[in-house]
Amino acid sequence: MSRHLDIDVAIVGGGLVGSSAALALRNMGFDVALLDKGFCGAQASGVNYGGVRRQGRPREQLPLSQRAHAVWPRLKELIGIDGEFLRSGHLKLARSEADMASLEAYAAEVADQGLDLELIGHNGLRERFPWIDGSILGASLCAGDGHANPRLVSAGFASAARRAGVHVLENTPVAGITRNGEGFALEAGTGTTLTAAIVINSAGAWADRFAADFGEPVPLTRIYPSMIVTEPLPPVMTVNIGIEGGGIYARQVERGNCVVGGERALPLADPDFSRPRGDGALAIMNRTAEVFPALRHAQAIRFWSGTEAAMPDRNPVIGFSGTTPGLIHAFGFTGAGFQIAPGVGEVLAELVRDGRTSTPIEAFSISRFSRPATSRPDQHRTSHGSGADQPPEPHNRGAHS
Amino acid sequence: MSARPQPLVVGAGPAGIRAAAALVAAGLRPLVVDEAPACGGQIYRQRLVQDGRSTKDLYGSEAGKAERLHAAFAALDGHIDYWPQALLWNLRDGTADIAVAGTSRRVAYDGLILATGATDRVLPVPGWTLPGVFTLGGSQVSLKAQGCAIGSRVVFAGSGPLLYLVAWQYMKAGVEVAAVLDAAPATAKLNLIRAVPLDAGIVLRGARFVAELRLRGVAIRTGVEGLRFEGEGRVSGVAWREGGRERRLACDGVGYGLALRSETQLADLAGCTFRFDDRDRAWLPTRDVAGRSSVAGVYLAGDGAGIAGADAAERAGERAALALLEDRGLAVDRARVVALETELARIGRLRDVLEAAFPFPAHWAGAIDDSITLCRCEGITAGAVREAAKHFDIGEINRLKAVSRVGMGRCQGRICAAASAEVLAAATGKPIDGVGRLRAQAPVKPIPLALQLAADRSEDAA
Repeated sequence: MSRHLDIDVAIVGGGLVGSSAALALRNMGFDVALLDKGFCGAQASGVNYGGVRRQGRPREQLPLSQRAHAVWPRLKELIGIDGEFLRSGHLKLARSEADMASLEAYAAEVADQGLDLELIGHNGLRERFPWIDGSILGASLCAGDGHANPRLVSAGFASAARRAGVHVLENTPVAGITRNGEGFALEAGTGTTLTAAIVINSAGAWADRFAADFGEPVPLTRIYPSMIVTEPLPPVMTVNIGIEGGGIYARQVERGNCVVGGERALPLADPDFSRPRGDGALAIMNRTAEVFPALRHAQAIRFWSGTEAAMPDRNPVIGFSGTTPGLIHAFGFTGAGFQIAPGVGEVLAELVRDGRTSTPIEAFSISRFSRPATSRPDQHRTSHGSGADQPPEPHNRGAHS
Repeated sequence: MSARPQPLVVGAGPAGIRAAAALVAAGLRPLVVDEAPACGGQIYRQRLVQDGRSTKDLYGSEAGKAERLHAAFAALDGHIDYWPQALLWNLRDGTADIAVAGTSRRVAYDGLILATGATDRVLPVPGWTLPGVFTLGGSQVSLKAQGCAIGSRVVFAGSGPLLYLVAWQYMKAGVEVAAVLDAAPATAKLNLIRAVPLDAGIVLRGARFVAELRLRGVAIRTGVEGLRFEGEGRVSGVAWREGGRERRLACDGVGYGLALRSETQLADLAGCTFRFDDRDRAWLPTRDVAGRSSVAGVYLAGDGAGIAGADAAERAGERAALALLEDRGLAVDRARVVALETELARIGRLRDVLEAAFPFPAHWAGAIDDSITLCRCEGITAGAVREAAKHFDIGEINRLKAVSRVGMGRCQGRICAAASAEVLAAATGKPIDGVGRLRAQAPVKPIPLALQLAADRSEDAA
């Protein structure tokens, strides 16, 4: 079965970044193809924790994060579903005086960014959040943050893009991208070929190979978050919870299930897939029972993991290629992509239409990884298939929400 | 500490018991882990307290087999480690996580025999979640283990050999059986003639059940369509269509099931390759005639690897253990291997015939009304599933789970996955093997958040 599409923009990777960019571009009138080697939103975008959180991000991410913040309440109008988005607030807990000092320092550092952080002492915490264990010393509340259902939001953007007229090609791994005059030629699975003026590389944990093929190797590694979910419980958690310095992060969905993340999972023989470790999952469960005494008798019903791209400085790569006109990168969100992804989609669409964006993204330039000696290869051609690659070692445990 | 870890046998039903016995006979000391408080599996399940019933009362014509199996397991005492009431909730790379006696133990194993058994397969019909409606297997367990009937006037409905067996057992126990409602047309049973040369005994036994039920005035209806269970708050009747006519019967208990489905989550977690099996209409872990899975050192036996019944399970369990021994370079009795494989092949041919005689009514799936609950744990209706598939343009079962929550609850799809796949296939016009297989995730059954990791076993994995 062979098929050819001649389009304006080819987006490689149907996660939340790629599908929100596809929808934004289509709404601007571009002819767009969204390609995924599997199903749209089936990787990190769809299996992440679901935190919609600005609090805790490095200062350079906050303008982009604020832009995304304005998108979340408009999901229903944008994609036809609200994605179970709840503006519950995000409460970051301090287990020690040092942790509380870090929260205070962060609040001071980003005071001009409009997060409206509220520092809460021990007594205030006991009074307002009595379901949190008394050993927690204090916390920082970002009332405008919240959480949403990643399984719905990611698939929702992709299906909205499809309804808007984007060519959504699932189970279509991109085998090669070639510079072709002013644009690009793409070979995709099952005999599909495309020509496009612009290519967006939003291939997540698989994006590094596309970047490398255009002479831009990046130090991308893979991380495998580890999640557990409880049976449905009566309402307990009124906010999305994080812990300063890492540990666990937890939220309760409207259905009543508590979703808790922490630790790291391990890749399977096929490194595109991963699964939580049994002892790691038990550690998350035990800590959950300690921090939230009301959950002490709850049951865990499922664990899961996913494959995410991480960059060494924990910032994503967003922006034009340094080597190839018409190529735009957006990947490497390091376990914190969910909230900002819809904002990134808007930014990418602006880059395509205007060649620039109103949101500062200089800090995310791919050029920060380029070595001075690297010369641009003559041949812009890729040949890899659907994604089997040697997995880098997962990162040590850390905050992930 | 250079000794190899012990082999691990999961399940103490017919397959697990025979596997453990064969390992012990070769001088190995396996660890046998079982969820039940006593050995026997579902079919030879033991009662919780002595209640005056004989094994003949409990197991009928299979009493001899049950007694021999229970005795064989008792004889292993001192030669195996045996953890009853233990849940193996996670498996990976030669390490099992097992919840037992209030803590979770990490156990390294060398050689894994999965004899995980089966549960009832159901397709939702109106009223299937009403109190008083049980699965056929559940009805049997209630009678066998607890000495309780599911009602005083009971209807059995569905398909599969268990339908007639359980009805007969209830009748023998003195319960009024109002009717047996068989989804298959009467002509399907003509296939049983082909089973006579394979196992005349089983055909005669089935014929006797039907004759004795009829003799006691039990209505046996075939070609049943439009099955539904009625009642306010609990079941009070059954309605169905038969030859274009509506029929209705009062009852206060229903046993319903459409044959069995294999419990394959542990094989999935162990990394086994799966294939679609047309006879079972299910994804099953691949295995060779000896029970070797696609993963070295992992063996599959009994109904957990494909429905074949208790007699096959005993032989497959023993054969899998012999395969484990062969793979360790230990001597095995070749004549015994040949005899077991010959028997398993014969039973395999018998299963082909039984499947034709008790066919699965796949066409019911497309007819499930939108208002009917498909996923009981999450309260997801067939309509919600169809709507999600349409809205998100989904034709794959794991994606359907992601957007609709079907199969995401406490049972992790063990009850609803087969029906969800049928509904999705019917809604999208795909063949049933075209909608994929629900991937298993640990824990295979719920475990408490406060479950503590035990640190008391020296062979724990690092």
